Amino acid sequence: MSTPTPAETFLQEAQELLESLEHSLLELEEQPGNSELIDAAFRALHTIKGSGAMFGFEAVAAFTHHVESAFDRVRQGKLAVEGRLIALALAARDLIRRMIEEPGPEDEALAVPILEGLRALLAEQADAAPETLGANPPRTNPEALPIAALGWRIRMRLARDAMQMGTNPLLLLDELRGLGTAEVMAHVDDVPALEELDPAACHVFWTVVLKTSLPRGAIEDVFLFVIDDMRLDVEPLLPAAEAATAQATQLAPPAVSSQVLEQSGAEQPEAAGTMKPTTAAPAAPGERAGRRAVDHSPGERAGRRAADSVRVPAERLDDLMDRVGELVIAQSRLSQVAAASTDAQVKSIAEDIERLALELRDSTMGVRTVPIGSLFGRFRRLVHDLSAQLGKEIALVTVGEDTELDKTVVEKLNDPLIHLLRNSIDHGLEQPDGRAAAGKPSCGRITLTARHAGAEVLLSIADDGRGLDRERIRARAEERGLVQPGEILRDSELFAVIFQPGFSTAREVTSLSGRGVGMDVVKQAIEALRGKIEISSVQGAGTELTLRLPLTLAIIDGLLVRVGNGRYVLPLSSVEECVELCAGQDARSRGRNFLNIRGDLVPFLRLRALFSATTPPDTYQKVVVVSAGKRRIGLVVDQVIGNHQTVIKSLSVLHETAKMFSGATILGDGAVALILDVAQLVEFGQTSDQEFRQAS
Amino acid sequence: MSRTILAVDDSISIRQMVALALSRGGYQVVSAQDGNDGLAKARATRADMVITDLNMPGMNGIALIREIRKLPAYTGVPIIFLTTESDAALKAEAKAAGATGWIVKPFEGEQLLAAVRKVIGA
Repeated sequence: MSTPTPAETFLQEAQELLESLEHSLLELEEQPGNSELIDAAFRALHTIKGSGAMFGFEAVAAFTHHVESAFDRVRQGKLAVEGRLIALALAARDLIRRMIEEPGPEDEALAVPILEGLRALLAEQADAAPETLGANPPRTNPEALPIAALGWRIRMRLARDAMQMGTNPLLLLDELRGLGTAEVMAHVDDVPALEELDPAACHVFWTVVLKTSLPRGAIEDVFLFVIDDMRLDVEPLLPAAEAATAQATQLAPPAVSSQVLEQSGAEQPEAAGTMKPTTAAPAAPGERAGRRAVDHSPGERAGRRAADSVRVPAERLDDLMDRVGELVIAQSRLSQVAAASTDAQVKSIAEDIERLALELRDSTMGVRTVPIGSLFGRFRRLVHDLSAQLGKEIALVTVGEDTELDKTVVEKLNDPLIHLLRNSIDHGLEQPDGRAAAGKPSCGRITLTARHAGAEVLLSIADDGRGLDRERIRARAEERGLVQPGEILRDSELFAVIFQPGFSTAREVTSLSGRGVGMDVVKQAIEALRGKIEISSVQGAGTELTLRLPLTLAIIDGLLVRVGNGRYVLPLSSVEECVELCAGQDARSRGRNFLNIRGDLVPFLRLRALFSATTPPDTYQKVVVVSAGKRRIGLVVDQVIGNHQTVIKSLSVLHETAKMFSGATILGDGAVALILDVAQLVEFGQTSDQEFRQAS
Repeated sequence: MSRTILAVDDSISIRQMVALALSRGGYQVVSAQDGNDGLAKARATRADMVITDLNMPGMNGIALIREIRKLPAYTGVPIIFLTTESDAALKAEAKAAGATGWIVKPFEGEQLLAAVRKVIGA
């Protein structure tokens, strides 16, 4: 073979290097400060060391290392070039040559004086520290697998620029696969939106479940080149039996002490996602318990209440509700910002926050609600007492005690309900003989019913008594000038007059009722709760009073609309539909504002006119059909913006007279929107409807 | 097509040894004797990987890594450096310059091939 082997080449090379070293050293004696010469000498020693070790001259490498170290210090300016150093280096050069060309057992002894001389020189330097020959980097002790462990769970997240730096994640994964049975899960949570994606960056991170008997060190060796720049978690996998125990402990009722849970959590092997098992495991039962407290059915709740409940001052709940309200507002602002952003991460976080905020709102509302049954219970005693006092036999039937309602609402319902109940018992129910004459059972019946209807709770008090006396109410109303003689009134309109202040038809004033103080107070109280009261009555068969109450006083789902420059909120529960007001229809309806909705004539109000909007109207006007009770009207707006979580803030006393508005709310952008009082608007619309009918 | 590896070392014996081991492993080898030579050859050939010594006259290994990383064609190309010490600071400096990994001298042919396969695959 004409080409020499690398070892032969090394011998040749070493001779050249030693010559160049000698040359550099001699020159250095002349010019001790010449850094080029120092570098050359260092490099020659370095190459001799490196190559020597490669081609079997370990002794040369070991010896040269010490000389090289000395010159490295010279290079760093920590050791001065002087006669003694040059002499030692020259002696070393000669020894190296001897060790390469004719190695012998006496080499070691010859090396001793040189090394001691160098050590003495180095020791003169204050900061000189003995150096050891380069060894493999100290690695964490290869941890033995726990007995019977199955392998390792490896979570790896490379540096963003890892691929630019030549690292190929696929090769790392392949290498892991080579160690055993690997199951690789890629996590793409951190991959940004396309427009922000840097295709050269590493956005994906991985979880690898590796079944192997190899120690941790073998795993870390795979990541040798990148381990300092990445996040690498290597956790042992546990055998199935232990895993099952850990999971069983996790599923145990929350009565298990948290300490036990934490222990099982630390050993729990199959925690989902990227959560650390130590935090995931204790959290899970707590979460479950928390959900149970909120979600269980009303019946179950009633059963459990006595067992585990906490008494909390109502004002703290109000505070909490306030904060939640603010949170919902802040969240809707965040959603607006996120909607305008292209950042997928921000969007995803905004969605999470939205879900959490709404759940928190529902939970908080759930905490505030109490079953109406607690209120019904108080009335049993009242009915019993009245029954004895008036000599009437009365049975109180209650339906839907489980219906839940805001605690504040329940508290405020107490007095109005007592009033209504007394009225029913006193005026509604006949004396036993009267009932017998009417062919009814002697025992009168009062039925209290509560049920949910959308975002409202319907509460009704029905008696099977004599019913309202249309004629007497009419006579009394005309007498008081509340109704014009000859005016045609529907039942509901006529019955509404009993809510007028001071209205009473009672023949004699009893101790219980008949003073005419009451029904107007009741109506005010219910309206203060944003509720409504309706009467229906059949003469001789009984009277039913129905209260419609909102579930909560603090937050409603609203429909945001725009009229001119102003934005307004309509309670979504009263919105029936949105339609477009065709230009043709608009033109034809001039003067008589009616909309034909599937055959029904619905009057509508032009909110632009009502609110004196001065901006030019939108080309396509929209009609939002709202209903209050059984009546409905259309509201013409410029734009229907969409759903809006509305936290109701009441208007100041200065605005109490503004009948069209029931409150105000803060929008996502910080602007204030007024909340329209649908009941008032419907009444207003129906009134103009009547005026129109009368005029035509 | 077999892959090309650019090997840069000022020691001819190491260059030879590296070239021998790599060609036995089925790789094409382009050798360069120092940083300047290495950079010129990196520009001239599109190597699939670079192996370089650190201590070299002229342009040293760290500067070479930095220069090679600036070449658009060498984004993501693995660069491995040879080092005698396990000097953490030196390693960090080389990695900061853009190196992918390292091999500690002395090494044998098989170790070199193992390191090469680790970064560019078999």
